[in-house]
Amino acid sequence: MNLFIEGFGWIFDPKHWVGGSSIAVRLGEHFQYTGVSLFFAALIAVPLGLFIGHTGKGRGIAIAASNVARALPTLGLLAVLILSLGIGLLPAAIVLVILGIPPLLAGVYAGIESVDPQTVDAARAMGMTELQILRKVEVPLGASLIFGGFRAATLQVIASAVVAAYFSLGGLGRFLVDGLAQNNYPEMVAGAILVIVVALAVDGILAIIQRFVVPTVSSGTRSTKRTARGGAIPPVAQSRTLIKEGQ
Amino acid sequence: MEWVWTNFGLIWGLTLSQVWLSALPIVIGFVVSIPLGYLASRSRVARSILLSVGGILYTIPSLALFIVIPVVIGTSLLDPINVIIALTIYAVAIMVRSSADAFASVPGSVQDSATAVGFSRAQRFFAVDFPLSGPVLLAGIRVVSVSTVSLVSVGSVIGVSSLGFLFTDGFQRRFYTEIWAGIVGTLVVAAVFDIALVLIGRALMPWNRRATPNLARIVGSKRSLVLRK
Amino acid sequence: MFNTKKKVLAIAGVATVAALALAGCSSSSSLSGGSGSSAKESIVVGSANFSENTILAQIYGQALADGGYKVSYKPNIGARAVYFPALEKGTVDLIPEYSGSILSFLDKSAVATSPTDVNAALEKALPSTVVAYKSAEAADSDSLNVTSEFAKAHSLVSIGDLKKAGPITLAANPEFETRPDGLPALKSLYGLDNVTFQAINDSGGPATLKALLDNTVQVADIYSTTPSIEENKLVTLTDPKNQFASQQVIPLVYKSKASSKLGDVLNKVSAKLTTKDLLALNAEVSGDKKTQQDVAAKDWLKSAGLVK
Repeated sequence: MNLFIEGFGWIFDPKHWVGGSSIAVRLGEHFQYTGVSLFFAALIAVPLGLFIGHTGKGRGIAIAASNVARALPTLGLLAVLILSLGIGLLPAAIVLVILGIPPLLAGVYAGIESVDPQTVDAARAMGMTELQILRKVEVPLGASLIFGGFRAATLQVIASAVVAAYFSLGGLGRFLVDGLAQNNYPEMVAGAILVIVVALAVDGILAIIQRFVVPTVSSGTRSTKRTARGGAIPPVAQSRTLIKEGQ
Repeated sequence: MEWVWTNFGLIWGLTLSQVWLSALPIVIGFVVSIPLGYLASRSRVARSILLSVGGILYTIPSLALFIVIPVVIGTSLLDPINVIIALTIYAVAIMVRSSADAFASVPGSVQDSATAVGFSRAQRFFAVDFPLSGPVLLAGIRVVSVSTVSLVSVGSVIGVSSLGFLFTDGFQRRFYTEIWAGIVGTLVVAAVFDIALVLIGRALMPWNRRATPNLARIVGSKRSLVLRK
Repeated sequence: MFNTKKKVLAIAGVATVAALALAGCSSSSSLSGGSGSSAKESIVVGSANFSENTILAQIYGQALADGGYKVSYKPNIGARAVYFPALEKGTVDLIPEYSGSILSFLDKSAVATSPTDVNAALEKALPSTVVAYKSAEAADSDSLNVTSEFAKAHSLVSIGDLKKAGPITLAANPEFETRPDGLPALKSLYGLDNVTFQAINDSGGPATLKALLDNTVQVADIYSTTPSIEENKLVTLTDPKNQFASQQVIPLVYKSKASSKLGDVLNKVSAKLTTKDLLALNAEVSGDKKTQQDVAAKDWLKSAGLVK
């Protein structure tokens, strides 16, 4: 317990909020790595996920590739990248993008797949093009799972961005690594606390956004009937949405 | 590549280290998360508490845990047990969510029919809930396995021997071959674990060859359960 | 519910994993030097997370093995903050250290800089459970390096000359910023106030080198026996005011393993180890040949006549 008190003390010490390696600077760096990485991860994962979810093709490859990405040891990958590219944002960003894609990809195609195929067929019958179906039917209905994937990816990237510090880049991980090098336990604990707090705060904000912005149709309960694809949304509610859209 | 053959002894030793350091957390994590997940699937309150705690635990950076655990439990900083405990914590944190979802996915109708036939709570758990939640549990444990194997390498930053050594040593010596040997080795270990898990799953759940079991098959195999009793 | 055949398959599957895990368990505990000892006394040799220290650990370790000890290694432990407490408690029995660095780690107010002074002060500063043997002539100290172009452009010879180079950035391990012989000494000894600090924690390794060559930083703290200094024709700034204390290689041993027999072996090795040897060993391991540390150590021991 004493450790945590010391850690908090370190965080609230005004000395640590000024200068080139202050908490504010490291926080900024951390958000920078997270933001850039999530952006590029989304650029890759979202179109891929939409394609896989909608057409059902490539699911096996996507799962296999995701597993490989999850299995890649970040330390090793960083070592290779920094040797080739030098210290900078690029090696860290590449590693974080690789870490962020699996949860995001899974969320997107799970969301699209969770839509009852009957609803999709109905939309097709009504004359919507594939892209319209994606845009007006599958994405809104699967939005909850898609956003869940985005949340998981964000959490993963924020927590993993500490690896940037192993090779002297920036971010909150620096408190861990620099603290270890100088046997400064309060600094290390402070670093850990900061990462946890930031990750949870961001996740909390995303949860609030999800509650108010992302449309959900129903919540799963034990006795919910499962459709052939494993979705939890009763067909009746989906069709109702469809009819509204089609007007 | 020559280097790999010449130093195969070193690589193999580090690989075995990696295997041992990953296998224990995976197994212990799985065992611990079953009752926790079951609890979470039964009670809304339990679910939100367990999942929140799990979420918090998972965000703790691995290096931080490796450093803080020895201070908290009094082991030496170099003791591999720190890595095992930390990885078990992560395994449980990830797996609780999976197992909660797994148990929640068992159709209520099947559980009700089991009770109707006369299964006690305990019998129902082992005969119905656990087997039916199998596929989702398996998917969850496969994710845990993969991320545990990859996290073990971080231990090399504090000197716990594993394939991660090849990364730090290779980096200093600007020796790409060594680093790639470590990366490939880690992937191979992860793949072997994954195959082992899939095989165990196939052996234990012969009715579940498809990704999502449909109701008819479940009812069909349940019948044999009921008759055997 | 399970028929017998499937039960057997499942048990076999689990047993395989368990067997693998146990195999890993037993071989890794032999890697980390388990507690069982036979007629030979066992020694656990540790080393820090940089290559040269691993080589030194191998040199001392192999010499001990040749001298009748059962030696196991715990290489690549992280920072001093991690491996020194391990030595104090006896989790590792031997660490090859550098006299000046370990002195300032143990006694932040230390001011000794010459080899004799440092060794004497170290004697006093060591905790009761750690014993130091004779230091070797071989030394590997911090050295501030600049590219030859930069040295020429600003006529740099000594560290003090950096004053006329304008605003510059210096790269070193994170602890350099607060270590008494680090950044603070640049100010107090040489009066440099134009230096910004950039932490790169690879102990003067590839990332630091790249930053120096790319001119991301202008000065880099690279250990004096690192081959990259010569390879890249870097200029090492002289240190007339002795900012950096003597850093001779010195083996530190956990008290209960200390004995005259052990001391003999270690001192014989230290007597033959020179700075030139360190440079050559590092070049073997990190240069083009990429020899493994234990092989390089064995070759050196053989050529020095210390092992058969």
